[in-house]
Amino acid sequence: MHTHIETDGQVMTVYLEGELDHHNAPAVREKIDEFAVGFHPTHTILDFGGVTFMDSSGIGLVMGRYKLLVQLSCTLEIRNLSTHAYKVMRLAGLDKIAALSRAEKKEAQNHETQQ
Amino acid sequence: MKPSNEMRLQLESRSVNEGYARVAVAAFAAALDPTLEEVNDIKTAVSEAVTNCIVHAYPNEVGKIYIRVRLFEQGTMEIQIHDRGCGIADIRKAREPLFTTLGGDRAGLGFSVMESFCDKVRVRSTVGKGTTVTLVKSIRGRDATLEP
Repeated sequence: MHTHIETDGQVMTVYLEGELDHHNAPAVREKIDEFAVGFHPTHTILDFGGVTFMDSSGIGLVMGRYKLLVQLSCTLEIRNLSTHAYKVMRLAGLDKIAALSRAEKKEAQNHETQQ
Repeated sequence: MKPSNEMRLQLESRSVNEGYARVAVAAFAAALDPTLEEVNDIKTAVSEAVTNCIVHAYPNEVGKIYIRVRLFEQGTMEIQIHDRGCGIADIRKAREPLFTTLGGDRAGLGFSVMESFCDKVRVRSTVGKGTTVTLVKSIRGRDATLEP
């Protein structure tokens, strides 16, 4: 799993790539938290465009980051979700704590066939 | 009912094996010609069950995880994930959405995810002996979805 962070003003964008499961989630969490605490973003975007698999560890990752970001008065947005990742997040009601958006259909299919 | 095909897989309860377990089960199911969505459903449900073995069944040791997959006529698949770990004292509680015995980033949604991505989820457990989770999913396959 690869995590890449970019900033624009006080907006922090986290690009996630690979398979997000219980094995990979801790390293992603540490990287995001360490950066967010030092940077104090006002808005955070988690870009799931490169995520090829996600189970409930992805839900835990989003919920945990939400709790931290709320303390920093930062809003959360989740972009480029595959159809599957979107389904998992909706199941957990994450649309109530973050703005969720799906990838363009063609792109989403492309990511899923890479599995 | 007699299965048309069967495979067994034994893994150590190391988190690095989660990826292999779900991919192996999904690959075996390829004979049923599942849709992309069905492949993702299978992978996700298996990932949840195997993670439970690693995190809950064997919290302080590396134990064995036994997976058996059986395929039946008409495209039904049955995935059994068994451990000889600590067992679950209250299965009903364990299956409740958002319930977790662990803090941190555990969402407590493992069973909810299995339930929504499979047709049936059975859990049998004995404290001190282990747990067996059985996932049943009927695969409609790509042919069925191509029909008007």
